[in-house]
Amino acid sequence: MSGATAIALALGIPLAGALGIAVTGRWANLRETVTLVTAVVLALVVWSLVPGVFAGARPELEITTLLDTLSIGFRVEPLGMLFGALAATLWIVNSIYSIGYMRGNDEKHQTRFYVCFAIAIFAAVGVAFAGNLLTLFAFYEVLTISTYPLVSHKGDAATIRSARVYLGILLSTSIGLLLPAMIWTYAVAGTLEFTPGGILDSLSGPAVGLLLGMYAFGIGKAALMPVHRWLPAAMVAPTPVSALLHAVAVVKAGVFTVLKVVVYVFGIDLLAGGGFSQWLVYLAGGTIVLASLIAMTRDNLKARLAYSTVSQLSYIVLGAALATASGVIGGALHIATHAAGKITLFFCAGAIYTALHKTEVSQLRGLGPVMPFTFAAFTIGAISIIGLPPFGGLWSKWYLALGALETGQLFAVTVLMLSSLLNIWYLLQIPFLAFFGRPSPDSAVSGVQEAPLACLVAIGLTSAATVALFFLADPLYELAARVPLR
Amino acid sequence: MSVDAHLPILQIIVPMLTAPVVTLLRVPSLPWAAATAASLVAFSVALSLVGAVDTASPIIYELGGWQAPYGIVLHVDHFSALLLVIITGASSVALAFGKPSLDQQVGQERAPMFYAAWLLVVSGLCGMAATGDAFNLFVFLEISSLATYVLIAAGPDRRALMATFRYLILGTIGATFYLVGVGLIYMMTGTLNLEDMAVRIGDVADLRPILVAAGFITVGLALKAAMFPLHVWMPNAYTFAPHVATVFLAACSTKAAIYVLIRFDHVVFLPHLSEHGELTTGFLMPLAVLAFLVGSAVAVFERNLKRMLGYSSVAQIGYILLGVSLLSTTGLTGAIVHMFNHALMKSALFMAVACLAFRANSVQLPDIAGAGRAMPLTMAAFVIAGLSMVGVPLTAGFVSKWYLVLACLEYGAVGYGLAALVLIASLLALVYVWKVVETAYFKPRPAGAPELSEAPPMMLAVLWVMALANVWFGVNTDFTLGLAGNAARALSGMGP
Repeated sequence: MSGATAIALALGIPLAGALGIAVTGRWANLRETVTLVTAVVLALVVWSLVPGVFAGARPELEITTLLDTLSIGFRVEPLGMLFGALAATLWIVNSIYSIGYMRGNDEKHQTRFYVCFAIAIFAAVGVAFAGNLLTLFAFYEVLTISTYPLVSHKGDAATIRSARVYLGILLSTSIGLLLPAMIWTYAVAGTLEFTPGGILDSLSGPAVGLLLGMYAFGIGKAALMPVHRWLPAAMVAPTPVSALLHAVAVVKAGVFTVLKVVVYVFGIDLLAGGGFSQWLVYLAGGTIVLASLIAMTRDNLKARLAYSTVSQLSYIVLGAALATASGVIGGALHIATHAAGKITLFFCAGAIYTALHKTEVSQLRGLGPVMPFTFAAFTIGAISIIGLPPFGGLWSKWYLALGALETGQLFAVTVLMLSSLLNIWYLLQIPFLAFFGRPSPDSAVSGVQEAPLACLVAIGLTSAATVALFFLADPLYELAARVPLR
Repeated sequence: MSVDAHLPILQIIVPMLTAPVVTLLRVPSLPWAAATAASLVAFSVALSLVGAVDTASPIIYELGGWQAPYGIVLHVDHFSALLLVIITGASSVALAFGKPSLDQQVGQERAPMFYAAWLLVVSGLCGMAATGDAFNLFVFLEISSLATYVLIAAGPDRRALMATFRYLILGTIGATFYLVGVGLIYMMTGTLNLEDMAVRIGDVADLRPILVAAGFITVGLALKAAMFPLHVWMPNAYTFAPHVATVFLAACSTKAAIYVLIRFDHVVFLPHLSEHGELTTGFLMPLAVLAFLVGSAVAVFERNLKRMLGYSSVAQIGYILLGVSLLSTTGLTGAIVHMFNHALMKSALFMAVACLAFRANSVQLPDIAGAGRAMPLTMAAFVIAGLSMVGVPLTAGFVSKWYLVLACLEYGAVGYGLAALVLIASLLALVYVWKVVETAYFKPRPAGAPELSEAPPMMLAVLWVMALANVWFGVNTDFTLGLAGNAARALSGMGP
């Protein structure tokens, strides 16, 4: 299969899947089979690109030229390969989990749910493989719009209000800042193609910093403070959505775009040369610490995880803002390692809700023995996010800290270490309470009462992935190290 | 002489001569069929003209063989060809689309007169686009205006009469202003032919009567073009006209006035009047910015779908005039391409509303709750056209926004602010489009409301042709940008 065919298939399969799901909506089992088959085939197709990209191939697919040099086209490079493979692979696991969760909770509109999910994955693959900023932007917007029905799934007034915040912030930042930043880039460079070493050589002075700011805040999905409000708002969605989209596909599409822009539009030499990204280091550092502090005050489990995500996303922005090779590698690694850890945590949160209908951290006291498997997995996910061995989270933090040390940014190093400590506090507190807390008398649950099997399988797979990422991190590192920086 | 040589005049006389025939057709559906056929003939003529101007532009057609500047000539170049395509295309798709809706709203009784008036509008607007004579242009302007009043007054609601009356008064003032301006120029130059005027005005440039004439013509046409704050006639006229007539009028009637404005500015005034550039920019730019900000903001709060789209048109005309006011080739290209793209998106949107109204018997926002489920195809087309209006990539709207913003950035420091304002207004467009989407898709149908079902196949088919055209012209820009670019270069005096 040629590269271009594989790209076309990777985009076409989820769309065909969405159609298939819509058609088979009446027969739930058949519909779920379509979802799973689509997810597996998509993952196979995406993975079939990996060996080639490793070997240095850059498969391309040109769809059409819009005007002058603006085109809709795709080009798979290491960074996009990593993000694309991640989203496609986790979709399989998430689909298994969704089946358990959606049925366990008797959710309504399940067909709409799976259709929108497939479209969101289509958009995520499009973002990953986009060959230029315009294509990326188009798929970025599709991702925003296709996830709105997922966020507003419950349909009551409070949910709609949150969903409007979600949509409002994401669309207004992208149209209000990202689009003008793109047009400005086009006016300066005459192209929007992602080019190793960047395309903005003719831009200099404070304008570089200003443009970087327009990108950093325009890419609202990166959830840099103060445009992070949409992410906690998105937590009204069913948990599988929070797990795959608001811990992986949507938010990672944001930080992925930041990395892409820094590496392929600005070029790290331009940013490092004039110190234009220094402010972003401070802002990302501030977001890391502040979001962690807010997370500590949240009793709602999903809200706490959401603020944890806001904090962790800024790790990747920080990696990009450092504008060194190690920073970019650390950021790229963190896309994968944080994904595995955070999706596990969300899966656990959803499992707890499905089995016991608990949503607050304080309600979990003493429930460890009731859901031993879930809370064990939660502990694993939490430790991976904190960044301790033997879990994948260590490596990304390692390279981020390395990048910070290389550039002598003691501030960034301090932030990373401080954040780890805060993570221990607010994440490990949860299994700690569950296993060692005294159960409250009114929640008399006895015996083991776990979530449906499909949920547990998914949790097991992602927890195993966090361990695997520790021992088998080398290929991932090799891929990240192949990102051309000059 | 072959038929090809007569293309420019066929454009005008085919609908004009069909009109009286239509009034005599008393068999049901026949008036519609005749009007549609005439309109399609005019459309195919317009398309052949596009091919013809590609080889030789402009095409000069001397009426009755009288040579310019003594006789009246038709003058067809890239710009007029594009406008002719917009006018005849909008008329054809609206007629092909709207038979069921028109039968419901206008009825068989009044049909012959209604379709005759429709053809006269087409004829008048085509005449405005094709003529090269300033007074002849006024005649066509009046033909199209008077016939338009008939179309609007045919609305089933009695408020349509009030809306028509208001438009009649303001439209007449606008046309009179234009006539006063042309009269002054004739007094000073002794010619009515636009090309000839452009030469002779050099001798008398910057004399007071000419300056006054420029003012009268600009304001008069701005009124006809519904430029903010002279737009007050438009939203109500669009709201109370029959739905299908709104599709047609929204797509092209104000465009013709903008076309004449651009023509006069660039052919006659700009090359000779020393301060005309500054005056045009100073006059048009602030009003254009206010138009798209105020128009979009009002649309956000409007609950009547047709009036909402009417205010959206006020905003879109603001974008076009902003492009004009920048006085650069890029700006002009953006403005001209937006004239075409706006016709595409607005006709698709009004068609979707006509489908909704056909079933729901209302154009109030709350009455279409739940339409997303009951009329999925109609609403999907609405969403596509709505995204085009917001300016999402891969839709026609994106192409024109891109050019407008690029032109703003070229303009310098003020331009950066303008670009920001354009994008803010796009966000407002997003809000009002989203309001409709949310009501239709995520609000349940209120208890007791009439059941909705999908619109008739014919309406749906044409609606989807227009929705897909919004995507097609967002992806393949050869036709639109080619024509608009050539037109803009010709107007800026750089040759096609």
